[in-house]
Amino acid sequence: MNEFLLIFRRDFITKETQPSPEELQQHFQQWQNWFGSLAAQDKLARPLQRWDGQGKLVNSKGVTDGPFVEIKESIGGLIIIKAKDYDEAAEIAQGCPVLHFGGNVEIRMAV
Amino acid sequence: MPLYFYLGILFYTMENQELIPHLFRTEYQKIVSVLCSLFGIHHIEIAEDIVSDTFLTASETWAIKGTPENPTAWLYTVAKNKTKNYLKRNTVFETKIVSEIKHNTPLNNPEIDLDLSDQNIADSQLAMIFTVCNPCNSEEAQIALALNLLCGFGISEISDAFLSNKEVIYKRINRAKEKLKEENIKIQNPNQSEVKDRIQTVLKTIYLLYSEGYYSVSQNTTLRKDLCTEAMRLTYLLIQNENTNLPETNALMALMCFHSSRFDARTGDNGEIILYEDQDQSLWNQELIDRGTYFLSKSSTGNTLSKYHLEAGIAYWHTIKQDSPEKWTNILELYNNLIILEYSTIVALNRTYALAKVKGKEEAIREVEKLNLTDNHFYYSLLGNLYSGVDSAKALQYFETALSLAKTISDKNVISRNIELLQ
Repeated sequence: MNEFLLIFRRDFITKETQPSPEELQQHFQQWQNWFGSLAAQDKLARPLQRWDGQGKLVNSKGVTDGPFVEIKESIGGLIIIKAKDYDEAAEIAQGCPVLHFGGNVEIRMAV
Repeated sequence: MPLYFYLGILFYTMENQELIPHLFRTEYQKIVSVLCSLFGIHHIEIAEDIVSDTFLTASETWAIKGTPENPTAWLYTVAKNKTKNYLKRNTVFETKIVSEIKHNTPLNNPEIDLDLSDQNIADSQLAMIFTVCNPCNSEEAQIALALNLLCGFGISEISDAFLSNKEVIYKRINRAKEKLKEENIKIQNPNQSEVKDRIQTVLKTIYLLYSEGYYSVSQNTTLRKDLCTEAMRLTYLLIQNENTNLPETNALMALMCFHSSRFDARTGDNGEIILYEDQDQSLWNQELIDRGTYFLSKSSTGNTLSKYHLEAGIAYWHTIKQDSPEKWTNILELYNNLIILEYSTIVALNRTYALAKVKGKEEAIREVEKLNLTDNHFYYSLLGNLYSGVDSAKALQYFETALSLAKTISDKNVISRNIELLQ
């Protein structure tokens, strides 16, 4: 069994593509059910951690407060899961609710 | 074998003496706690002997002279005198224990007096709970020790509850006591930071004690109920102390009240388990449900969301028998949080059952299959349940696999009944 980092990204800035409050509520339940499902399969390698949505960006010019207009897709969250290989991790990621809003999941295996 | 072992048998065979067994259950552990707090962990047996001897004197004297007006006060007076006598005549005690007692009591109190006031009893019991639930002993040993020292259960009752033999339990308890001595565990009231570090272990042991009663394979219903009652009494002791009256303590209490409310409804006349759906709701204890609701509201302060909160929430929704989308959406949400907090196979399966109620059987079947708990009969029972009404042949096949894996008679009966219902 290996560990995989799953990073969820989506566009939190473009007004037209943002979910309505009702959609968000439903979206929240989808996340919760998805996490529940992963936990029930004993796939969570670490306890879940919530992350602040805004953040800061540091580069050679200094420190900027998020969200970052120059980066369209920002990190919504990340989890570490247990999976046999990249194929299994990708299969799991395909159930991720971030995909419903045009987001994506980046996967990295711990080595 | 220590004296209390025989006393248990003696009292329970005397039919005309209902009072002494009752007092033994309620007062034995109080006096033992006070004496242990006074003497320290190294002299736990002396404390037990003094109290056992007190009860022996009571049964002899009361049989001849009749029951005194205030039996509890009588017991306390005799225990005090026996303690004083013991201190006077025992030189070993003089040299070994007195220094310890001096350490624990104010110096301006040369005469050692056994303080059996309500306050000191409560303080000593709390100190004893934290001593008994010390992680230096295994959970199994902690539970046996708790039943013995905190609940006044005799060896034979404890072995009954564990379906184990007396010798094993006797050894387990003695080893646990020895371990406490080796580790030199102090019997003292925990301060706030100690409570913070230790409360999880204490609550866990009490909850295991409760579960031992609630889910025990023992057919002795009275005994099982006693175990549950004792676990609730210990939790109530924690609630009564400012330091240990925490949100999670109240949540655990709520959880136990909700579960206990169904105690009479969940077993039939012959001790067989009656499943939730088939229970006679009029047998549910409304008073316990109300108390559970009260403790649940008391638990919802601060930022702590313990597993007891989540389990109490689930148990709360089960006190409403009528199915509704609201009920099962809430239960699923609580199960999601619970399984995220701490993985266990039974929670994983229960969560999927709730999922079936919210999202339908087909989605739940896909989810169960991912769980892959192929050595667990509950896994096959759940699949059997989900396939019932969808594909009877598959349902039957799963129930039969479940039946072949089930170990206890009550589990087998439940599965056999499901198979009958299919046909």
